Amino acid sequence: MGLTSRHLLGLEGVPAKDITLILDTAENLKSILDRPIPKVPTLRGITVVNLFFENSTRTRISFELAEKRLSADTINFSAAGSSVKKGETLKDTVRNIEAMKIDMIVVRHSAAGVPYFLTQCTDAVIINAGDGRHEHPTQALLDMMTLREKWGTLKGKKVAIIGDIRHSRVAGSNIRGLKTMGAEVMVCGPRTLIPPGIKEFGVEVTYRLDEAIEWADALNVLRIQLERQEKGLFPSIREYHNEYGITRERIARAKKELIIMHPGPINRGVELDADVADSDASIILDQVTNGVAVRMAVLVLLSGFDTSQESLR
Amino acid sequence: MSDNLLRADLILLHGGEVVDPNAGEPMRADMVIRNGKIDQIGLIDPQSFNGKVYEVSGCWITLGLFDMHVHLREPGREDEETIESGCDAAAAGGFTGIACMPNTSPPCDSQEVVRFIKKKAQDEPTEVYPIAALTKGRQGKEITEMADLVRAGAVAFSDDGSPVADTSVMRNAMDYAFMFDVPIIDHCEDPFLAQGGHMNEGLMSTRLGLPGIPNAAEAVQIARDILLCRLTGAKVHIAHLSTQEGVELVRRAKEAGLPVTAEVTPHHLFFTDADLATFDTNLKMNPPLRTSEDVEALEQGLREGVIDAFASDHAPHSLEEKDVEFDAAPFGIIGLETMLGVIFKQIVGRGVLTAAQALQKMIISPRKILGLPIPKLSEGQPAELTIFHPTALWTFDKTLSRSKSRNTPYHGMEFPAKVWGIINKGMVRIV
Repeated sequence: MGLTSRHLLGLEGVPAKDITLILDTAENLKSILDRPIPKVPTLRGITVVNLFFENSTRTRISFELAEKRLSADTINFSAAGSSVKKGETLKDTVRNIEAMKIDMIVVRHSAAGVPYFLTQCTDAVIINAGDGRHEHPTQALLDMMTLREKWGTLKGKKVAIIGDIRHSRVAGSNIRGLKTMGAEVMVCGPRTLIPPGIKEFGVEVTYRLDEAIEWADALNVLRIQLERQEKGLFPSIREYHNEYGITRERIARAKKELIIMHPGPINRGVELDADVADSDASIILDQVTNGVAVRMAVLVLLSGFDTSQESLR
Repeated sequence: MSDNLLRADLILLHGGEVVDPNAGEPMRADMVIRNGKIDQIGLIDPQSFNGKVYEVSGCWITLGLFDMHVHLREPGREDEETIESGCDAAAAGGFTGIACMPNTSPPCDSQEVVRFIKKKAQDEPTEVYPIAALTKGRQGKEITEMADLVRAGAVAFSDDGSPVADTSVMRNAMDYAFMFDVPIIDHCEDPFLAQGGHMNEGLMSTRLGLPGIPNAAEAVQIARDILLCRLTGAKVHIAHLSTQEGVELVRRAKEAGLPVTAEVTPHHLFFTDADLATFDTNLKMNPPLRTSEDVEALEQGLREGVIDAFASDHAPHSLEEKDVEFDAAPFGIIGLETMLGVIFKQIVGRGVLTAAQALQKMIISPRKILGLPIPKLSEGQPAELTIFHPTALWTFDKTLSRSKSRNTPYHGMEFPAKVWGIINKGMVRIV
């Protein structure tokens, strides 16, 4: 039993059984992280290139750790110190790296579709670590893993995604994954940050945070970027916080126990107040831990390692 | 002169059907051409003919096709297209006349460039009509020396690709162009609304995570320029109409009797934004491919005559420029060689227009819009002809394209309407 696709480009079209397999494998692998020597030889001899054309701290570290825990050989490439600045095309960069005999590429890029583009120019396995405002599948997988740990299932659960839906690949992948797994999804933010046609994904849309809080079992709070305000998409940080900031007072009005998530890094006091981020309702640090496990699972499953035949331990 | 380019001193086109787009029905007839002129139309015995005989049985002999929206890239980007290679592609597509856009380097904003283009094209069987820039350097600030440009041979003005943002500049350009009775060809796109967009805004752009260009970006500027047309009386031709809102605005302008015309490209009729699922940069166009509702509105616009003409928006780009991530790729595709086939497949084949109506939009309307003489299918007239087989199927192979560029989404597709060749300016170009 393996995955349907040989790459992880996004969660669009990924069947529930694949998502379940990844989450089950991740749960299985998570115990490795608590061992005195948290390392297994599963990916020994496999070379993984982390190809980051956009700044990233936690996703890159999370992938790198996952690779190292699995004993893969890892190479980090970031655009700042690369030939990209010298005018080399993306295709040439990737082909050159591939010519050095590598097996898997973890790629992040500011342009949507780059992971797909790479499948057209190399034979390596491609894992999307975030492409433009398109998808960020491992983030959604780790979010789902964390929620499933909490609830036992995702089916019928209500997740509200709060903030800049329009520019968010985290929202893009979460919506697809959660819908596939039978959860209900609501998106909430100012109209200027809600993308057109989003209702056709089968999600609820609200512009009122209180409505989302009342409806949801969990809030996934997105980071708001200052440049959106500079582009005139909302009037001020002050107004954003007033209307969409998650504060203790607001969530106190929830009728049920609410789970608070955030993909990080948090703008404390903007989209999420510090006392909420650090409260018992918050599972933000569990998300970070699970991020490593989920990425290990994706790497193992896409490397061709047969989890039904061989033990991971 | 190359092998397939011959003098039309004395030739007989035998076995074909003569199609006058104004008259409609094809009529079985042979045609003698003597010294570049139509000498005789009728049933002629090839045995007793002492010139060169071309067997064109099953082919339609009609007036030369005209493409009023072509990018030739010379001067400046001769690696992508030259006037010569562009004319070769035009002839292969059945065009005896093309109008070329001014976004070259340097741009066609002075009479020197107009003359340069005309001179370069003078020996080609396809006639090239330069469209000059509306503003100096296509900067949208100061209008060009229109009197001088018209004298040199410019047939229209356009800042195609760089829509004029300043409404007062556009107003002045229209007032000034009015004096010369030449149209302004208007790439309608509000640069602020469209800024940063790579495809149509809608469900698909949300799915693909690509910044979108809303229909309103086109419609807002069409509305503005129709109002300026009312104010100035200048002829306004809307380039590559792509939205249902745009069709409605042009419809109303025509109902009001304003001198507004419009064209549509084959690709905006053939593809929709749903085809972008694989991030194919050969489907990245400006205006972007829209939705099926927009395509339906464009088809309705064709039926009603709201849309006057077909135009290819032939836009060559080098392989290196297109073989990149979607965000980084330039807009546009080559289209001269595929226009007739796509229109016969998509528009005639599906019954949106009759073949004669479709041909009118490739022969009569574009010339009318540009104020050019319309050739006639009668004895004694200069032979400006396109010969093609309306039902013979052919497959477009981009590796055999006459264009210097290969940016096309039609590679490997099968179309009807196979071009046999063109006759113009006393020359026969067989494809």
